Amino acid sequence: MTDKLKKIGENMYLQLFLSFFKLGLFTIGGGMAMIPLIQGIVVDEKHWMTEEEAVDCIAVSQGLPGVIAINMATYVGHQKKGVLGAVTATVGVILPSFVIIIMIVKILSGIGDNQYVNGALVGIKAAATGLILFSAYKLGKQVLKGWFQVVLAVAAFVAVILLDANAVWPIIGGIILGLIYTGFKRKKENGGEEG
Amino acid sequence: MIYIKLFLSFAKIGIFGFGGGMAMLPMIYQSAQQMGGVSADEFSNLVGISQVTPGPIAVNAATYVGFVTAGYGGAIAATMGVAVPSFILVSLACYFINKFKESTVIKGAFVGIRPVTVGLIAAAVIYMGQSVFASVSLVPVLILLATLVAIGKLKVSPIAIVIGAGVIGAFLCG
Repeated sequence: MTDKLKKIGENMYLQLFLSFFKLGLFTIGGGMAMIPLIQGIVVDEKHWMTEEEAVDCIAVSQGLPGVIAINMATYVGHQKKGVLGAVTATVGVILPSFVIIIMIVKILSGIGDNQYVNGALVGIKAAATGLILFSAYKLGKQVLKGWFQVVLAVAAFVAVILLDANAVWPIIGGIILGLIYTGFKRKKENGGEEG
Repeated sequence: MIYIKLFLSFAKIGIFGFGGGMAMLPMIYQSAQQMGGVSADEFSNLVGISQVTPGPIAVNAATYVGFVTAGYGGAIAATMGVAVPSFILVSLACYFINKFKESTVIKGAFVGIRPVTVGLIAAAVIYMGQSVFASVSLVPVLILLATLVAIGKLKVSPIAIVIGAGVIGAFLCG
């Protein structure tokens, strides 16, 4: 009996569902706030992805249209267990909002005016800012290995903050420059071999 | 049929909504308007509620508009509308990325995408931080600093930090 329960607990679909349910439940303040949480669960706790694979997941989720949280759930679910895994993770991440919104419509319509709720939100936003800052630092330490990477990261930051560009443009720019950069590097390496 | 109408109206967000959350708000508003049952006043309530409840604002809005318009079935139809297009696009992207993982094109693209992502995450700090530093109280700034110590030095789980910050905020920022 306990063996059976253990087996159910280790079931990958159940794990995906529960992990993303948790992510959906604790992501307050938009899709970006989910990034540190997804790193915490998917990389550090479950070891489903390496740090670098998580960066790719974040990049793809931001570069494609739609809700970032859903994109990330679909991506992780798909990489672990194919289409069915993607469905499981996506349902998991949506379900908390779905249930909570219906509950609010039916019973708690005054929740937005409650001072404790608003206070909690201020605290959570402050923590989320700190968590995202730490994510940027952690990923930056790993990804920004040379001048090319540093220039791209700074350019993306400037484009979004100062020029108010949509996140899609820096990503498209990054793809093009990445292709040119690796193309040149390959040519140089090949040239070096010949010479 | 109302369910199909809800689905299609919110599918637009999943197909054309770039940039996440607040950037999609005008689009979400259009979808809500299309369904007729939601006034501008109700919509601003909805945005307020979405900020104090977990989950993506587009999902919250879809659930809300769907439920108000056509009950549980409507809520499901509208929410699926938001989710299904992204789901298909991301699944296709995964398929191609995995299939051509070793190709120089995919590899080269990611060489450029990864640092851009770091820049975008850093930009999110500025967006999120605005409300923290705009506050007259010092408590949010202290929570931010405590968060950095908790995650960086003490390795506390991010979810525990979010819960803790919520409790502290409820009593000190309310």
